[in-house]
Amino acid sequence: MAEKLMDFDEAIRRYDPVWGLEVHVELSTKTKLFCPAPYKFGEAPNTELTPVSLGLPGSLPVINKAAIDDAIRLGLALHCHINEWSQWSRKNYFYPDMPRDYQITQADKPLNGKGYLDVQTEDGETFRVPILRAHVEDDAGKNNHVGGADGRIEGADHSLVDYNRAGVPLVEIVTEPVTGTGAKAAEIAGAYIREIRDIARALGISEGKLEQGNIRADVNVSLRESPDAPLGTRSETKNVNSFRGIERTLIYEIRRQAALLADGGEVLQETRHWDESTQSTAGGRLKTDANDYRYFPDPDLVMVHTTQEHIDELKASLPEMPSHRRARLQKEWGFTDIQMRDVNNAGAVDLIDETVKEGASAAGALKWWLGELSREANEKSVSLEELPVTPTDVASLEKLIADGKLNDRLAKQTMAGVLKGEGTPEEVVAKHGYKIVGGGDELDGIMDKALADNPDVAEKLKNGDMKPMGVIIGAVMRATRGQADAKAVSSLVIKKVRS
Amino acid sequence: MPTFTKDQVQHLGWLVRIALNDEEADKLKDDMNVISEAIDSIQEVATQDVEPTANPIPLEAHLREDVPATPFTQEEAIAGAPKADSGMFVAPQILGGEESE
Repeated sequence: MAEKLMDFDEAIRRYDPVWGLEVHVELSTKTKLFCPAPYKFGEAPNTELTPVSLGLPGSLPVINKAAIDDAIRLGLALHCHINEWSQWSRKNYFYPDMPRDYQITQADKPLNGKGYLDVQTEDGETFRVPILRAHVEDDAGKNNHVGGADGRIEGADHSLVDYNRAGVPLVEIVTEPVTGTGAKAAEIAGAYIREIRDIARALGISEGKLEQGNIRADVNVSLRESPDAPLGTRSETKNVNSFRGIERTLIYEIRRQAALLADGGEVLQETRHWDESTQSTAGGRLKTDANDYRYFPDPDLVMVHTTQEHIDELKASLPEMPSHRRARLQKEWGFTDIQMRDVNNAGAVDLIDETVKEGASAAGALKWWLGELSREANEKSVSLEELPVTPTDVASLEKLIADGKLNDRLAKQTMAGVLKGEGTPEEVVAKHGYKIVGGGDELDGIMDKALADNPDVAEKLKNGDMKPMGVIIGAVMRATRGQADAKAVSSLVIKKVRS
Repeated sequence: MPTFTKDQVQHLGWLVRIALNDEEADKLKDDMNVISEAIDSIQEVATQDVEPTANPIPLEAHLREDVPATPFTQEEAIAGAPKADSGMFVAPQILGGEESE
């Protein structure tokens, strides 16, 4: 059912959006949060379980030290206050994705308290997103609904449950209500979650792949008449797992709620779902007694004690943060703000860094990763990293160009070969016999012939009119089947006509 | 002094999915009010100088190293399932269920 939407600009003129994100970051520890069951994405169902992850009677949870340390490091990166004592609570709910029927989470005493994250907007401004807490909890298993359309819960007659993911450690980063973003709400939310992804990767605590559910967000949105008015009723769109999905959920909810309020309607406090196929959110369950999770301290677990000494140790081990690194690399590479933004949005910072380390120029690396290779990745709907080409390949190709062995056109053909899996650039060049026809008598003869065939052009060039140069280059290229270097031909022709 | 009403007891019954008839709800209400009074008397002696605690055990959590152990085989894992299919637990139709968090 199509819902009424207000034009976005008008919605922003009439209402002040307030939003918040609950971002779940799945930690890539070797074992689960409360038991030594191994976990890797994509294993056969129900093969990564111990008595604890199955919630068998009598089994008791024991906390994974690596998960706590990873969570503290993430908390430090988000400028959170690390609490000396943190505590586990049971969050009770009925849904077959958790065999215990409760999730172990942190309610009153989270590991990481208040913090913030600064993000850059496209116009170069910095916006500080306030963070309320970043607590640790375990993930649920996965339901596969059978019998309904597209594996959806609606219309399903039963579900098949895989508990492999049950018990995997998550850090849930909860923002305060974010105000004052106006028309930039979606941009700032997007920048915020990208920054969290980059931080998680830099810390090496999570794969950070949204498409595999390593990072997912619940998006809360409400509108109010003015920044002075009390907060409006919010909707909560759950488990959005793409950057664009998160941005579009925000825009959609702002437009939907604005249309509703403008018509004198009321926003319901409900959970919604982002539907990628329709690019809209759909209403779900009203939040009434579902909110009544009956939290209470888990009697199976005592409090976690984190000493200042340990925090200091972890702080000392933090790597360079992505925002600092980007600023440093931008300077080293000599990129403009816009170039650097595009590099970051394309997820190409690491790739360009490695390509440069392999000996390529920054400009050369930029040209390949954001040009030819981004186009290829877009066409195939994969990330740059997933393309069958490495920074070493790009650097080798750049070297072949710099050494005068390939021109741009041959380099592109060589790259196409690499992408087809024909091997390294050197192997592709050898296989196809790509080489620039340059110097020597061969090219000399071809150029002489081209000039002889076009005497009027030769005359103009001799008199310093360079406009018809293309005619000669074209003739040479045809004669060499594209293997000549256009720049070299141009300078050789000038020498020739003037000698 | 907090006292439980019968409606609250019925609500709690719904939350834990235990069906209560009138008689049971009445009895539970009385029992729970006795417990509630006992808690109130403890709260009277719990003054400002007593640190709130969530656990009576004077220990901090033991943290284990991140070393994998051998998990159950799939057959072992689903051995206790009332019904299994394709190596997964069969759960009955979920109606108006709550979402995983």
